[in-house]
Amino acid sequence: MYIEVQNACKKYIQDGAEFTALDNVSLDIEKGEFICLLGPSGCGKSTLLNAVAGFEKLNSGSIRIDGTEVSKPSIKNITIFQNYGLLPWRTVEKNVELGLETLKVPKEERHQIAAKYLELVGLMGYEKRFPHQLSGGQQQRVSIARGLAVNPDIIFMDEPFGALDAITRMKLQDDILKISRKAHKTIIFVTHDIEEAVFLADRIVVMMADPGRIKSIVKVPLMGHRDRTSADFLHVRDKIFELFNMKSDEYIEYVI
Amino acid sequence: MRKLREVKNVVVSLIVFVLLWQILFITSDFNENLFPSPYMALQALVETVTKGVLFTNILTSLYRFLIGYLASIIVAVALGLVLGQLPGVFQYINPVVQLIRPISPTAWMPFIVLLFGIGDVPAIVIIFIAAFFPVLLSTVTAVRNINPVYLKVSQNFAISQPELTWKVILPAAFPQIASGIHLALGSAWIFLVAGEMVGAQSGLGYQIIDARNNIRADILLATIIVIGVIGIILDGLIKVIERRILAAWGGQV
Ligand SMILES: Nc1ncnc2c1ncn2[C@@H]1O[C@H](COP(=O)(O)OP(=O)(O)OP(=O)(O)O)[C@@H](O)[C@H]1O
Ligand SMILES: [Mg+2]
Repeated sequence: MYIEVQNACKKYIQDGAEFTALDNVSLDIEKGEFICLLGPSGCGKSTLLNAVAGFEKLNSGSIRIDGTEVSKPSIKNITIFQNYGLLPWRTVEKNVELGLETLKVPKEERHQIAAKYLELVGLMGYEKRFPHQLSGGQQQRVSIARGLAVNPDIIFMDEPFGALDAITRMKLQDDILKISRKAHKTIIFVTHDIEEAVFLADRIVVMMADPGRIKSIVKVPLMGHRDRTSADFLHVRDKIFELFNMKSDEYIEYVI
Repeated sequence: MRKLREVKNVVVSLIVFVLLWQILFITSDFNENLFPSPYMALQALVETVTKGVLFTNILTSLYRFLIGYLASIIVAVALGLVLGQLPGVFQYINPVVQLIRPISPTAWMPFIVLLFGIGDVPAIVIIFIAAFFPVLLSTVTAVRNINPVYLKVSQNFAISQPELTWKVILPAAFPQIASGIHLALGSAWIFLVAGEMVGAQSGLGYQIIDARNNIRADILLATIIVIGVIGIILDGLIKVIERRILAAWGGQV
């Protein structure tokens, strides 16, 4: 397996009491898979993602990527943050070049790579702007271009489109799906939007809270282009709804 | 239109000030050698200008000021950038800083004169001290308050020291550092005059002492006004520089 999470446990102390954010979570991910971590707020999605990305240490259990134990973040596995994480004092172009500077890519080549990825995310002509001169959706595109520019093996995304309006979000979902197919990256994507997960994922990891755990893993049997209104799409979506007990009778009962 | 109104405000304010001064001059019964009128102060100003002493003293003071202030900023910001990233070390240094900080820089004056004698050095040292602590503390605070996402991004893109400090921490902390530098300018200028009154034989502070020794209250007041005006100009300059840097670094100005 490419990514192996074995019996991951993570506890936090909250107001003196111990809180289990991850309770014996095990998960295997293949190279090139698009995985969505889906679940209600507080179920440990971010905790799991940050642990795999190397930002957070587990209390017990292990995480391996390509056979190597994860101990810290690596430039080979890029995280795209919800609030974009762009450096506001750098232009769009300089933001995209950030990781290339670490990799000691010569200046000329840096420009070319930045231009290539800005084009890929549809932002040519915005090179010299500063992040605050862009919309939220454009900023997230810059952040994606910056991540892709270092040619990472894995891309981690923590609710990357959470702050965007529905239409921009759909556009970016289309784009990220295309990019992931084209560049053949392994992507782990956190969301609490069921449709988003169904639209993007090869497999959806459904998580539950208190303690944070995996409830089930749903394979999405949709290939190629995904139509949000097709019967297949709605069928998968309904299956996920059921997992959360949010459909039909039970949902109504819940409201009453 | 707004510029015009601002200019009008300044003019009105100055006229009122000069009028009050004139009224005080007429109504009070101080000797006019001890409490001169605005016009007498103006004449004294012209006198110092034509004799060339004012210009020389301004240059001397500005020279000391620039050296002391710039050296202080550079050392304080550099130290602040380091200490801000080493909270474990700073917690041992902070008590000493807190002990020294509330001491007025003038209290150091006799000591500094004993060590360095009379001349440029005491004034420079006192400016250094005056600017040092506000800049150091605002830098440390600024570094600690950096949005953690910038640090996560740096970690992810494997940016290590010293690049981390230059590329990320300094620009991220700059707005708050700049306000510390700006604040320090005011107190540094204030203490320059104090320093020159005790530790120097030249400069604007000395010009005040010299005027007092010669019982020339008119020159004394003229010098005070010059000091105030230069203070305003320096403040305006630093504002411009601050804004330039912020703009170059993409800040919303
Ligand atoms: N640094 C921390 N200190 C204490 N508790 C934490 C910390 N980080 C997370 N937690 C707790 O761990 C649990 C899981 O948090 P996590 O951020 O992983 O949830 P999430 O599934 O990403 O939720 P959301 O959808 O709201 O982002 C939550 O109950 C949270 O309060
Ligand atoms: Mg989260």
